[in-house]
Amino acid sequence: MSNPAMAALHTAARRDLGLACLLFALMALPPFVADTYILRLGTTMLMYAVLALSWNFIGGMAGYPSFATAAFFGLGAYAGGVAQKFGIGMWLAWGFAGLLALLFAAALGLALLRLRGHYFAIASLVVAEVLREIINSATDLTGGGMGLNLPLRTGQSVEQQADFFYWTMLGLAAVAMAATLAVQHGRLGFGLRCIQQNESAADMLGVNTTATKTSAFALSAVFTGIAGAIYASWVNYIEPPDVFDVLYSVKPIVMVLLGGAGSAFGPIIGAGVFLGLEEIVWRRFLEVHSGVLGLLIVLLVLFLPRGLAGIARRRARGHTP
Amino acid sequence: MLYLQVLLNGLVLGGLFACIAAGFSLVWGVLNVINILHGSFIVLGAYAAWYGHALWGIHPFVSILLVAPLFFALGYAIQSGLLNRVIAAPVLLTLTLTFGLDLMLSNAMLAAFKADFRKLVLDPPLGVLSLGNIVLPVDRLAAMALALLLTLLLYLVLSRSRTGRAIVAVRMDREAASLMGVNVYRTYAITFGLGALMAGVAGPLIAMIFPISPLTGPVYLGKAFVVCVLGGLGSVPGAMVGGLVLGVVESFAALWFGPEHAVTVAFALLIAMLVFRPTGLLGRKGYE
Amino acid sequence: MTPLLELRAVSRRFGGLAAVNNVSLSVKAGEIIGLIGPNGAGKTTLVNVITGVHPASSGSVLFNGRDVTRCAPWQAARAGIGRTFQIVQPFPELTVVENVAAAALFAGGASSIRNARTQALEHLDFVGLGDFAERSASALTLAMRKRLELAKGLAMRPRLLLLDEVNAGLNSSEINQALELIQAIAARGITILIIEHLMKVVTSLCSRVVVLHHGELIAEGEPQSVMRDPKVIQAYLGKRYAAQTTGAPHG
Repeated sequence: MSNPAMAALHTAARRDLGLACLLFALMALPPFVADTYILRLGTTMLMYAVLALSWNFIGGMAGYPSFATAAFFGLGAYAGGVAQKFGIGMWLAWGFAGLLALLFAAALGLALLRLRGHYFAIASLVVAEVLREIINSATDLTGGGMGLNLPLRTGQSVEQQADFFYWTMLGLAAVAMAATLAVQHGRLGFGLRCIQQNESAADMLGVNTTATKTSAFALSAVFTGIAGAIYASWVNYIEPPDVFDVLYSVKPIVMVLLGGAGSAFGPIIGAGVFLGLEEIVWRRFLEVHSGVLGLLIVLLVLFLPRGLAGIARRRARGHTP
Repeated sequence: MLYLQVLLNGLVLGGLFACIAAGFSLVWGVLNVINILHGSFIVLGAYAAWYGHALWGIHPFVSILLVAPLFFALGYAIQSGLLNRVIAAPVLLTLTLTFGLDLMLSNAMLAAFKADFRKLVLDPPLGVLSLGNIVLPVDRLAAMALALLLTLLLYLVLSRSRTGRAIVAVRMDREAASLMGVNVYRTYAITFGLGALMAGVAGPLIAMIFPISPLTGPVYLGKAFVVCVLGGLGSVPGAMVGGLVLGVVESFAALWFGPEHAVTVAFALLIAMLVFRPTGLLGRKGYE
Repeated sequence: MTPLLELRAVSRRFGGLAAVNNVSLSVKAGEIIGLIGPNGAGKTTLVNVITGVHPASSGSVLFNGRDVTRCAPWQAARAGIGRTFQIVQPFPELTVVENVAAAALFAGGASSIRNARTQALEHLDFVGLGDFAERSASALTLAMRKRLELAKGLAMRPRLLLLDEVNAGLNSSEINQALELIQAIAARGITILIIEHLMKVVTSLCSRVVVLHHGELIAEGEPQSVMRDPKVIQAYLGKRYAAQTTGAPHG
C-alpha cells in the first residue's frame, strides 16, 4: 500500500525531468534551421516562458496573486542597462540585474506578503507604477523619459545576434525550469502548497510562512529581472512606459491560466500558445489587438479557469499530482 | 494664503474623487470584486456627455440624468451575464476577468473616439468665484457640488430604501441575508449596476473640468483604488473621507513636488496605508 | 524537576476584554490534564496563547524551561508543542498522507519528504486511517477527520500535545475509540492537555483537572473533587443550583 505511492512520487520527479530535457533539446534546434524572424518569435516566447515560470512561484505555488512582474522586469532592464552604461560587462550586468531584483523582492516581500488577496494584488500592481515614476525622474542616471540607449554589440552579424539572444533566453528558461522542478518536488514547494491551501494551518504545523513566501517571491523576481536585462540588451533601447508596462504583469498570469497552474509545464505551454495567438492576432487585427487579447482573457476565465492542463487532468480521472 | 487656496482646490477635487470612488468601493465591498472597468465606465460617460453637448447641445448636468439609467442597465447586464459565473472564484480570476473586459472596452473606445484629448467647453463659460485672494472656478465648484450630491443620494439609497438595505445586508453577511429572503444574485446585479451608474454619472462632471481621452481610464481607476484604501471598503462615508483626503494630498503634493509627481505621491501613500493600516482611516474592516 | 509547561500569570486581552486573566499553571511531563469550563471561558484562547497564535498580553509561557511567550506558531510547533483543532482544518486538496507528512516534515523534524511520508504512514496506521492514505483529505467523514487531526498532531513529534475538543460531534462508540487512542498516545510518553466538555472523558483520562471561567482559573485538582467544588458548579449551573446542591444560603 505504501510502496506504489512512494515509487510514484519518485517517478513523477524523474518523469518531469526527462520531459523537460526532451522539451529543451527540441527547443535548441531552431537556430540551426530557422530564419531570423522565427528566431525572434522564439526568443520572445522563451522570454514569456521565463516570466510565466517566475510568476508561477508566487502566484501558482503560493497562491498570492502577484502583479509585480512588470516591476521586476523593468527594474532588471534598467539595472542591466545602467550597469552597462557605467562600463560593466554585459554578463556581469545581467547578473547584477538578477541580484538587484532578488534583493528588492525580498525587501518588498517583508512589507507586502502580510497582505492577502486583493490588497496584495493592488499593492504589487502599484509598485510597478511607483518604480516607473522614480526611474522616470532619475534622468541623470537612467535617461528618464528620453529612454536609455544600450551599447551595441560589435563583431556579430545580424544572424549571429539572433542566434545569440535565442540561446541566452533558452538558457535562462532552462534554469527557470530547473528551479521550478527542484522547488516543486522539494521541501519549499511542499511548504508553498500548504500555505496556498491554508496559511494559518501551515503556520501551526511548523511551516515558517514568512521565509517560505519570501523565497517564492524572490524566486519570482530573480529570473524576471535577468530576463529584463537580456531584453534591454536585445532591443538596445528602453524607456519607462515600455518595460514597466502593466501587460508584463498580466500576460504571464494569462499564460499560466492558459497552460494550467498545477504542473511545471503549464507555464511553458501557456507561453507558447499565447505567443502563437498573439502573433496571429497582431497580424490580422492590428488596431483591435488589445481588444482581442481582452476577449481571449475573458473567454479563458469563464470557460477554462484551470487551463488546458486542467482539461487533461480531468480526463485522467482521479489522479492527484 | 497660498495654502488656503491649495487646500480649497484639494477639497473641490476631493469631492469629485469621492463620487468617482463611491461606486467602485461599493462593488468591491459587497461583491468582493475589483472592477477594472470602472475607469473606462467613467471615460465612456464623459464621452456620452461630450457627444451630447457637441451634437445636440445637451448640458452636462442634464446628461447626468440621461446617462444614469443607461449605465445602470449596462452594469446590471454585465454582472448577471458574466461576473455571476465567477463570483465565488478566487481573487485572481475575477481581477483578470474584469481586466480582460476593460481591455475590450478601452480598445473599442480608442477605435471609436481616437486617442486625442477633447474638452467640453461650455458656452457661455461659468466664470470664477473670487473671495478675496482665493479664486475658485465655478464649473469646478458646480461639479464638486453635484458630485457630493450624487454621493449623498447613493448613501440615502443604501440606508433608506429596501434594496439598499438588502445590499448592506449582503455585504455584512451573505449567508444570513440569503436566509432572510434576500435574492443575493439579484442584489449583486443591482449593486454592480449602481457602481456602473456612479461611474457613468461621474463622467459628465469630469468632462466639464478635465480634457478627456480613452487613455485616461487608468488614471481614474488609480484614484478610485487610493480612495478605497484610504477610506475603507464598501462605505460611502469612507469614500467621502478618502476622496477629500486624496484631493488635499494631491493638491499639496503638486505644490511641493510638482504636478507630475502628484500621482506617484498618492500611490506611495496607498502602499503605506496598505502596509500600516489596511482597514483605512475610518478603521472599518474591509474584505480580503 | 522542572515542569514541562509553565504558565506564569498569563493574560490575553482583546481590546478591553480579558479573554484569559492571570492564569498560572504548571504541567509535569507525563501528565494528562483536562481543561474544562463553560463555553466562552477562554480555553481555546489559552491554547492559542501557548502555541503562539496570540501573544500573551502579560505574563510568560515557559516550555521545558525555555521562554516561548513571543514565539510564532511555527516555532512553537518545532519546539515540541503540538495541537489539534476544534474545527478541523485539513489541507483540502492534499491527500491524507500528504497532510500528515507536512506535519512530520515541518514540525516533526523529518529529514526528507520521503522520510516524512514513511512516518506519516506509520502515524496513519496508528490512528486507523492507513487505508485512506491516498484519498483526498476533503473526502473524509467527521470522525475520520478527527483522527486525521490526531495523526497530524502525532507527526509533529510533540512532547506536549494540546487536544482541543477532539470528541465534539462524535457518537458514543467513536468517542470510546478516541479515548483508547489518546491513552495509547499517552503511553508513548507524550504529555497531554485536553480541552473537553464530556465529563466521562475527563474522569477516565485525566489525573488532574483545571477549570477556567471568564478567563480565570477557578479550580484545580483531581477530577472528582473539582466537580464537587461549589465554585465550579456555580460556574456551570449558576448560583441557585450551586446553593441547592451544597446547602449554602444564596441571596
